[in-house]
Amino acid sequence: MSEILLSFRKAFHLIVSLDRDLLEIISLSLSVSITAIVIAALAGVAFAYLLSFKDFPARGVIISVLNTFMGLPPVVVGLFLYLILSRSGPLGFLGLLYTPSAMIIAQTVLAFPIVAAMSYSSITAVRPNIRLAALGLGATEMQASMVVLKDARYGIFSSVMAGLGRVMAEVGAVLIVGGNIAGYTRVMTTAIALEYDRGDFELAIALGMILLLLSLCINSVLYLLQRRIGG
Amino acid sequence: MNVVLKNISKSYGGCTALADCSVSFPAGTFNAVIGPNGSGKSTLLRIAALLERPDSGEVVYTDGGGVLRVDLSLRRRIAVVLPGDSLFNDSVFNNVAYALRIRGVERRVVSERVHDILGRLRLSDKAHAGARSLSSGEAQRVAVARALVAEPRCLFLDEPTVSLDPVNTEIIETVLREIGRGRGMTIVMITHNMFQAQRLAERVIFMYGGRIIEEAECERIFTAPEKELTSRFLTGRMVW
Repeated sequence: MSEILLSFRKAFHLIVSLDRDLLEIISLSLSVSITAIVIAALAGVAFAYLLSFKDFPARGVIISVLNTFMGLPPVVVGLFLYLILSRSGPLGFLGLLYTPSAMIIAQTVLAFPIVAAMSYSSITAVRPNIRLAALGLGATEMQASMVVLKDARYGIFSSVMAGLGRVMAEVGAVLIVGGNIAGYTRVMTTAIALEYDRGDFELAIALGMILLLLSLCINSVLYLLQRRIGG
Repeated sequence: MNVVLKNISKSYGGCTALADCSVSFPAGTFNAVIGPNGSGKSTLLRIAALLERPDSGEVVYTDGGGVLRVDLSLRRRIAVVLPGDSLFNDSVFNNVAYALRIRGVERRVVSERVHDILGRLRLSDKAHAGARSLSSGEAQRVAVARALVAEPRCLFLDEPTVSLDPVNTEIIETVLREIGRGRGMTIVMITHNMFQAQRLAERVIFMYGGRIIEEAECERIFTAPEKELTSRFLTGRMVW
């Protein structure tokens, strides 16, 4: 028990002393996850909108696939991306493996189905009359789309929050495609896994606490934003 | 603005909604479309209002200068009130201001016109209420205000007073009479209320089974319908 308390004390010290390594890891984690969720949100919401309103062949199959992919095991995503991005893979020439870009791709792949499937449910829950009403008042297709998206905003925000939660907590995929290289591709979750392996619980706990705190902060900001936009 | 529908047909999944319908709504007239449920009235209205494309046939809008091109500029001279709850999940003010804002109307003018139309529909005290918090009568009045605020040349209404009490019905009818007819608007309104059709409309179009059965001056169709089917509908014999 005293060992655990000691770990927490050291962890707290690392946080308040603004340890350089720690800040580097936090900064990379945030930039990778936020970039990934922004891409996944833009692509996911647009895809969900098209799926809702355009004639899509095999719409039912696509929705089933999206729902299935919401639970994609990160290590499987990491493995597939590794095969695609490795030197002998089809996109090996891009030289992305073991870079932050590869980690962003992996996290985007994980977040996209969550954002798209949940946004699709929210958009289709908007009464069909809403879009038609906007068009009937002289709106362009784009303006009518914005009305529908605005009506579905709570659900869309929730989907983005769920996607962000997924990518920030994810470890398997970024570990495989990022390689956990110190100072370059090491993020909070891969660092926690490494420090645990090495028996350095202080840093692992410090990172765990920060990860929880950051998730809480980001979700609080999104929640406030959601309420503000919701009027 | 005249609206002419020529040989319009429309089906959904093999089920015919409209079969070779031709009808015209002359500029500045108040037209009531009547008929039993499933007779194709709403489909006809959506096609006439350019919200849906027909499978065959064409919709032609004309004014003094000839045939109008179907584009955004024409669509912005039309307004539609759909049946049921079609208000945006926003405040009453923002719902009504929508048609003006998408036309790029100046903020001050938007405010003036929204408050004016809300006043006419006795909704001034509801301007900042959420649209979802309104009673059905108030919501329907907001839907009418939202359609009228941009002063369309052509107004389509799909059962605007369905299930409303006489007070709400009277408010909407008064505004339609004053603003709509006063400004020479072409109005097409679907209604199941024959008394309302007689109170408001100059012309009545009776539909049955996806076809236009009869169109005539209001007084004539109610006093001396030409077609047996119209007579049976108006006298209740179609049901009993």
